[in-house]
Amino acid sequence: MLDDDLVLRGRHVMTVCNACRYCEQYCPVFPALEQRRQFEAVDLTYLANLCHNCGECLYACQFAPPHEFGINVPMVLSEVRARSYEAYAWPPTLGRAFASHAFRTSLVALGLIVSMLLLVSMARPEAVWSSDGSADFYGVIPHAAMVGLFGTVSLFVLISLGISGWRFWRDVRQSAGAASGSLRDAVRDALTLRHLHGAGRDCTSNLEMRLPWRRWFHHCTFYGFLLCMASTTVAAIYHSVFGWHAPYSYSSVPVLLGAAGGFGLVIGPLGLAALGQTRDPSLGHEESGGLDTVFLGLLFLTSLTGLALLVLRHSTLMGILLVVHLAVVLVLLLTLPYGKFVHGLYRVLALIRYHGER
Amino acid sequence: MTQKPDYDVAVVGGGNAALCAAIAARRSGARVVVLERAPYELRGGNSRHTRNFRCLHATPGQYLTGTYSEEEFLSDLRSVNGGAIDETIARVAIRRSETCPEWMAREGVRFQAALHGTLQLGRTNLFFLGGGKALMNSYYASAERLGIDVLYDADVVDLRLPGGHFDSVDVRHNGTLKTIRAASAVIASGGFEANLEWLREVWGDAAKNFIVRGTPHNTGVPLKRMLEAGAQPIGDSRECHAIAVDARAPKFDGGIVTRLDCLPFGIVVNALGQRFYDEGEDMWPKRYAIWGKLIARQPGQIAYSIVDAKSANAFMPSVFPPVVTASIPELAARLTLPAGALEATIDGFNCAVRPGTLDLSALDDCRTEGLSPDKTHWAQRLDAPPYWAYPLRPGITFTYLGLKVDERTRVLMSDGRPAANVYAAGEVMAGNILLKGYLAGFGMTIGTVFGRIAGEEAARHA
Repeated sequence: MLDDDLVLRGRHVMTVCNACRYCEQYCPVFPALEQRRQFEAVDLTYLANLCHNCGECLYACQFAPPHEFGINVPMVLSEVRARSYEAYAWPPTLGRAFASHAFRTSLVALGLIVSMLLLVSMARPEAVWSSDGSADFYGVIPHAAMVGLFGTVSLFVLISLGISGWRFWRDVRQSAGAASGSLRDAVRDALTLRHLHGAGRDCTSNLEMRLPWRRWFHHCTFYGFLLCMASTTVAAIYHSVFGWHAPYSYSSVPVLLGAAGGFGLVIGPLGLAALGQTRDPSLGHEESGGLDTVFLGLLFLTSLTGLALLVLRHSTLMGILLVVHLAVVLVLLLTLPYGKFVHGLYRVLALIRYHGER
Repeated sequence: MTQKPDYDVAVVGGGNAALCAAIAARRSGARVVVLERAPYELRGGNSRHTRNFRCLHATPGQYLTGTYSEEEFLSDLRSVNGGAIDETIARVAIRRSETCPEWMAREGVRFQAALHGTLQLGRTNLFFLGGGKALMNSYYASAERLGIDVLYDADVVDLRLPGGHFDSVDVRHNGTLKTIRAASAVIASGGFEANLEWLREVWGDAAKNFIVRGTPHNTGVPLKRMLEAGAQPIGDSRECHAIAVDARAPKFDGGIVTRLDCLPFGIVVNALGQRFYDEGEDMWPKRYAIWGKLIARQPGQIAYSIVDAKSANAFMPSVFPPVVTASIPELAARLTLPAGALEATIDGFNCAVRPGTLDLSALDDCRTEGLSPDKTHWAQRLDAPPYWAYPLRPGITFTYLGLKVDERTRVLMSDGRPAANVYAAGEVMAGNILLKGYLAGFGMTIGTVFGRIAGEEAARHA
């Protein structure tokens, strides 16, 4: 899974950390490594997915480069983490395609999906190219086609994430230490991003610059995503249970949820991308092939096209906007198991493990 | 003295004492320059490798348990120094340590609970979150905010003190020699433990086998120049804090991770395969700092700590792997020790072990009888293979030879009178309080307390 060189480097770093322990109270990585004396690939994978990739331990390290020990925990763990995303992706072919050519693969997927949606709407081309102002989404893409398409993709994504998560958990359980876990504590840590401000203040991504932005932009992104999912779910219930059909008014629950989520998903990804530009490069970079950027880009496009659709749903552009929005969402869904999104899954699993062995 | 000084206060050094002095002086209104010999990445002197600070406290705090009184602190200090200390200056260090945490926190320093494996220090010592380098980062960030000039790679080559009055300091900085004038100076440049030549003058050829645990930049040049200029020395030049470190450690800057905690769990033999000191005298870190000098007196300045499978997981993991073998003759061969002698030592030791109940948390009754030297606690037979061995060298942490000062940190000249405008803080004057022995975290207490005093005094003078 990890190549020998990476395991050797990771082992060297962890061995020095285990003999030093000064960083013990920054985050869970250190208490977890202190419970081990051997550092194999599974141990490194576990520790890497506990790491939130801030810079506290690097800047505090008396053995950081140019010291001959050359200790850089965030860097080596970010490499291990990137390898683990690739290694656990299912099916592996798709994982590799996205990992090595994220942008190209996503673009091809987007093209394919747009063509497919246009094909579906061939029956009434005028609904796509010049909408009549009635905001009749299902006049463009029939409801059955929409449900069928999204249902299939969502099912595939859930299966894929399930398999990845299971394989990760199976490996991480082999790492020495107690075997039980605590889902409640892990979820609480994840929802509050506790370990980005674990030591009482926000963590630093540059020497002595403890700013809350990384945490807040992540919250905007994550909770924005959740609100959009909630909006879709409420709309599905309206449609299938109550027979209330879209478009919904501006003051309706699905629109309010979707708009709030959409704003979060505009601000969050933009902020995170901007922070990425100013980050200290010595903290390491996870993206192999640009899937980080693609993930943020797709989140941003999802919300942007969604909000545009909301505002312009009574205009002639509605049809084409709907096609583009649905295509972007489908590509986003498709890339979830192969990109940055999985960090949430593995982080929670690693935290479950962590709270179990404490 | 016709030229106007460039600064009010020049601080020679860039570690804890230096930055405390610089910040205190700046907060008293002085224009301050810090002359740090190390490059930016390795700034902070030996403080970079520290982790805590011993301090007086009357009530338990967020990170400190219990209480630590002035009298207890003083008696701890007396016990490591064999009784005789300068009580006046020791009491200044102890009393003023109480207000330091608050001052440090104001400069951005953060703290944490005692680390795993050092819980015995949780009552007396306050730990820096992330350790000494994080502490120094906070101080340097504060210095920058306050407008203190910091010169990195600033190698002090000379100090001018005509008639005991500081005038200027010559530094080599970015390849050019420059003279910096200041109204007063704080010497906070540490000891001479990284000056291999000076160590050789003191320790002879043995010095070549010493490992320097800290920064390579503590060459003691400012100390030497001050002594040449007529400052009064204090402390024995042979006295130093030296522990047993792994012989495979880097020559400089190996810091905390090269120390070995396994000594009390087994036996320690020299190059002749013989034991030479009671490994069970006390649990570390109490007798931590005697082993460096013990090994320095052994042939070739090398020793080997040997434990067996019973204790293999009882001590802190270290950076370098142990030499592991299934038998004692094999171990002797791997360590190139005389096989017969090592076997005889271990056989003799095993026969001398008296029955007892092992208790690592106390001075237990597991001891040997009839050996010279005996192992007085935690003596267990070495009979459970595999055997583990670690090679040991003296690891020098800091030296005690320094500048004599009064309680205001004014440097005393050989005539006994204080220099008009030169102050000293930190390791360079630790010999005023520490004669031998060491108390964990006390070096940082000395640096912080006397750094602050020196900074305030120097600013007042300017």
